[in-house]
Amino acid sequence: MRADGERPESHDWLDDDAGPLVRSFALTGGRAKPGAATFDLLSHVTAAPFAVQRSTIHLQPEHRAILARARDPVSVAELASHLGYGLGVVRVLLADLLEAGAITKVDAPSDHLPDDDVLQAVIHGLRTS
Amino acid sequence: MASEPADGRARPVPTAIKILIAGGFGVGKTTLVGAVSEILPLHTEEVLTSESMVSDDLSGVEGKTTTTVTMDFGRITFGDNVVLYLFGTPGQDRFWFLWDELALGALGAVVLADTRRLADCFPSIDYFERRETPFIVAVNCFYGEQPFEADAVRNALALDPNVPLVMCDVRDRKSGREVLIALIEHVRSLRLARL
Repeated sequence: MRADGERPESHDWLDDDAGPLVRSFALTGGRAKPGAATFDLLSHVTAAPFAVQRSTIHLQPEHRAILARARDPVSVAELASHLGYGLGVVRVLLADLLEAGAITKVDAPSDHLPDDDVLQAVIHGLRTS
Repeated sequence: MASEPADGRARPVPTAIKILIAGGFGVGKTTLVGAVSEILPLHTEEVLTSESMVSDDLSGVEGKTTTTVTMDFGRITFGDNVVLYLFGTPGQDRFWFLWDELALGALGAVVLADTRRLADCFPSIDYFERRETPFIVAVNCFYGEQPFEADAVRNALALDPNVPLVMCDVRDRKSGREVLIALIEHVRSLRLARL
């Protein structure tokens, strides 16, 4: 604290609410939007075999954390939730990994809903489990 | 090798089914998701910048450039290859635009209603009617009591006769699952009617 009472390094845009802003910036190099790829909440991603060795980009710890969670297919919503980065950040990191060939992505079809036998199986499961 | 599956192969991608849990603030959406989910309810955060809130009234909060919306969700898996995801919609009206992403590809929606504040669920009903998303109304009977008959609630909501209305206790796992079954049966009957 300086004698005039002002905080050192004070910025208009860095107030108490700036936590997510700073975190996003730090994890994604300031990028707020992923590249061309889109990641729906229920898109599933899977780490490619030998993803870390074969990656064509330098992997940050956050990229590695995603790969560790994606040994089996995992939804974008679950990844964001488990890692606690926020959806926007996770989408940027996933776009990096997709571009680097480190993950594969399967989108949930938005125009095709499950067949009736799937719905019947779900009803049966809800009744009996 | 952390990212390498033990047997060199990942499991197949499951069929994902999305169901939305909507309704007014404090009606019990989070409780319902928690009661039926096999995992503790998860949260995803969407950090919004002022760019994505252009239609918002920012007067008085001009200095604030980001805000965080939390979406609750739960999961129920069936065998190896079907996963049901439940998403609680954000309660605040000003996050309506997020609903469009949530509603995209959704099988249907449950609109939770509280008879003490029935009007709170009108916006949700309007939304799903406009989008033609299949939905049912589930009336939460707090403490197992419900002073109104189903027909009285139906009339008060001016509900289409084809939209099912069920009573439930959102804290109860079995009751919550019955609500989901009612929705899926409704979706199936709509399909059959189209054939």
